[in-house]
Amino acid sequence: MTLADDQPLLVAEGLGKLYGGRVGCLDVSFALWAGEVLAIVGESGSGKSTLLKCLSMQLAPSSGRVHYRLRDQRMVALDRLSEAERRFLMRTDWGFVHQDPREGLRMGVSAGANIGERLMAVGERHYGRIRGAALDWLDRVEIEADRIDDSPLAYSGGMRQRLQIARNLVTGPRLVFMDEPTGGLDVSVQARLLDLMRRLTHGSGLSAVVVTHDLAVARLLSSRMMVMQAGRVIESGLTDQVLEDPQEPYTQLLVSSVLQV
Amino acid sequence: MTISKLLAITNLCKTFRLHIQGGVEIAVFNGLELTLARGEVLAVTGPSGTGKSSLLKLIYGTYRAGAGRIEVVHRGSVIDIATATPRLIGDIRRHTIGSVTQFLRAIPGVPTLDIVAEPLLERGEDAAKAKARAGGLLERLAIPPRLWHLSPVTFSGGEQQRVNIARGFAARAPILLLDEPTASLDPANRERVLAMIAEASAAGTAIIGIFHDAAARNQVATRTLALTSPP
Repeated sequence: MTLADDQPLLVAEGLGKLYGGRVGCLDVSFALWAGEVLAIVGESGSGKSTLLKCLSMQLAPSSGRVHYRLRDQRMVALDRLSEAERRFLMRTDWGFVHQDPREGLRMGVSAGANIGERLMAVGERHYGRIRGAALDWLDRVEIEADRIDDSPLAYSGGMRQRLQIARNLVTGPRLVFMDEPTGGLDVSVQARLLDLMRRLTHGSGLSAVVVTHDLAVARLLSSRMMVMQAGRVIESGLTDQVLEDPQEPYTQLLVSSVLQV
Repeated sequence: MTISKLLAITNLCKTFRLHIQGGVEIAVFNGLELTLARGEVLAVTGPSGTGKSSLLKLIYGTYRAGAGRIEVVHRGSVIDIATATPRLIGDIRRHTIGSVTQFLRAIPGVPTLDIVAEPLLERGEDAAKAKARAGGLLERLAIPPRLWHLSPVTFSGGEQQRVNIARGFAARAPILLLDEPTASLDPANRERVLAMIAEASAAGTAIIGIFHDAAARNQVATRTLALTSPP
């Protein structure tokens, strides 16, 4: 692979979202390549989640545009996708990991069905293969095989989050959006989840955009970082650059406010 | 930059501006010049606060240069780290510049062997071979196999440092940055690390190191750069 001839997976151009007169996010531009994990950090209300929703077609941007490279290598604007292409992205090529696993899982059906459902949505009908894939993914996210028929209601918070990740990754997505994936978990459970996410992204070519207010999570998980304040990206770079040599006053404040243990 | 050099620094300037402490400015470098050839071991010396670690971080791309050029030979081309994109710097770190920092940074729960093998996996090497090389380095640095599958988070300072050294040497990068690699080691381990540095140098690796221990420095350095406080 050479860097020059390899095209980005996703490109945001002047992306903005206004809620009435209030700014959600404004003038955000960046490119993401295959295999990169990009962290979006900033405090509550800085526009991180709005940006993530605009990138992932959960919200229509007020201005700007997102381009995405499909598997056939065509670069398309997300607002110009055909319905079939849109469905393919939402159900197969993308994953979305919510902070609250209850938003990303179906709590009324078994863990196995939660994983199998995404495969069935892309046309898999063979029960044995679906169950095999579900078992394989439960194993990869370190959930015991004998818990496959349990409802996620019977799972702990950390297990639910791992199940949500398995449900998303079973279709072999190329891009995963994560909104505070470790928020609300105990630190010991967080570490295990971070290790899992890192193993799943490293060397697999999978790209991820991770929104987090936790700089330690961003440091361990991401290779690149964008800092948001009042809806704008005020600083970006390699994760260690932004954290060790922050240029902007707000970034310096953010980094210096982290408690040392 | 001539072809025998792996690294050439020209007119490097760096000033830190501390916005939240009244906008205080700390000048670290003002026109630093440096070249490094294959096989050289350059020891950076100078009192605390003269920018020894900062120099390593500027070369690694962790600190952003204020002005000047930091050119490295990367995959056959000369690249200026001072102006390279984050993505290109990432590629340079995977293939051209290795680094051993003073402190190990690891996700709790990740086994030692995986941490050491990671730089090899990141450049796409086969998992079994990567782990074999990682194990060989750990063995050489006297980390017993019974510890390889444990997280180094609970290891002693000296053990963590040796894990960090094994990780830094794993990828056999043409340029290696070492920040106090022998600082918390006992004499036997110190000798092991110095032998590894000498071997890497003999094999052509260009090394820049900070060694507070003068005896260690004299044993491996082929050249010295003495930093002084900027006026």
